[in-house]
Amino acid sequence: MDLPDAEALCEELARKLRAGVTESTGLVGIRTGGAWLAERLHRELKLSTPMGALDISFYRDDFDAAGLHHQVKPSQIPFDVNGRHIVVIDDVLYTGRTVRAAMNELFDYGRPGKIELAALVDRGERQLPIAAQYVGATLSVPAGRLLRLARDERGKFFLRLSDAKPAA
Amino acid sequence: MRNPQLNGDGTLQHLLTIEGLPREVLVHILDTAASFIGVTKREVKKVPLLRGKSVFNLFFEASTRTRTTFEIAAKRLSADVINLNIAVSSSTKGETLLDTVDNLSAMYADMFVVRHSSSGAAHLIANHVASHVHVINAGDGRHAHPTQGLLDIYTIRHYKEDFPGLSVAIVGDVLHSRVARSLIHALTTLGAPDVRVIGPRTLLPTGVEQLGVSVHHDMREGLAGCDVVVMLRLQSERMKGPLLPSAQEFFKSYGLTPQKLALAKPDAIVMHPGPMNRGVEIDSSVADGPHSVILPQVTFGIAVRMAVMSILAGN
Repeated sequence: MDLPDAEALCEELARKLRAGVTESTGLVGIRTGGAWLAERLHRELKLSTPMGALDISFYRDDFDAAGLHHQVKPSQIPFDVNGRHIVVIDDVLYTGRTVRAAMNELFDYGRPGKIELAALVDRGERQLPIAAQYVGATLSVPAGRLLRLARDERGKFFLRLSDAKPAA
Repeated sequence: MRNPQLNGDGTLQHLLTIEGLPREVLVHILDTAASFIGVTKREVKKVPLLRGKSVFNLFFEASTRTRTTFEIAAKRLSADVINLNIAVSSSTKGETLLDTVDNLSAMYADMFVVRHSSSGAAHLIANHVASHVHVINAGDGRHAHPTQGLLDIYTIRHYKEDFPGLSVAIVGDVLHSRVARSLIHALTTLGAPDVRVIGPRTLLPTGVEQLGVSVHHDMREGLAGCDVVVMLRLQSERMKGPLLPSAQEFFKSYGLTPQKLALAKPDAIVMHPGPMNRGVEIDSSVADGPHSVILPQVTFGIAVRMAVMSILAGN
């Protein structure tokens, strides 16, 4: 299937976010794709609050079935979460389970004032009552296929569709 | 021969000894531990990974630091922790080790953390429990203390970044030390090229060079130019017979003083697994000095034990 241009979607997402963020807004990317995206958006929006990144491996709801992810990276939230407007950023919004885990982790840093969600692509098929406030594009992807953000060697974004691996 | 710690797919089912574990398994544990360090600095110092799991701390031998850090680690993973003080429990009434384990398994244990004065005790339990139960060796006799070895290499990696090119000196009572054995296996697996053991002939096991270390009886010669000095506790409770003239005599030859430490590299770190005997194997001015990373070792031990428990529980 034809995939949209991730660079164009990223510009679109930045344009939409610009209206919703202030200097003190904290952007938090979910590793790996969401953190790349947050890095780019943070630069383009010129926010003074440093960006954060979450690795949600310790909060996944499939730990009992799938075990611990093999490459856990530290989460980094370099600002005070309490009372702050936070935008969680992920590359692809699908079942909503990752976002659930990210919100649980954020609350272990404090009590945010408001959490919003931005995604480059919303592929629907939610399994939890979660919605994104900022979306680059909506796209219908067959179940069982994995849609992810990727980066080439010059840092250019593109979308990659692959067969979902069985839980490893 | 199949490694009894590993599942069919090469993942870790139990942690019994570092000997024979592949490099990737060690690196995975260290990397995961690094992610847990951040958790302990947050407002809520817990993650929900082991929610609903029961961890039994089974200590047949006295321990403060290890038992406490295992307990903190399990609690930070949201597990329920049950500490068994074996000295006042069934084994003193004649119950066998495996009967104790069976009874605790009937109470829905998911993980056992075992310390025992007999080498192989954790191994025996691991061979006995149901397939969903995990066993961690927290020290068995003179054999192994894998989580101590892991926290030692975590500490070394934290301060020295990588192992190729490192010189590590392990000093003192190697003969009785499961800590030394676990650390030596970890260092050689990770590619540390120069591991030295230093001690009197009576406190070094015969054939220790077969583990890939060099042997020194003169501390000044052994410490020359090294990056890491690991002091071992003089284990008086394990000493049977006249291995040493006296503790004072030992300190004179093998105690770490500022003068002897000056022979190591200027940025050398000093480690000790605890509990320390000040004035026996280490001088107070070194233990509390700028080269000492003895207390950070304890803190890193929590994150390393969280990593081991969460990796095991997920496999």
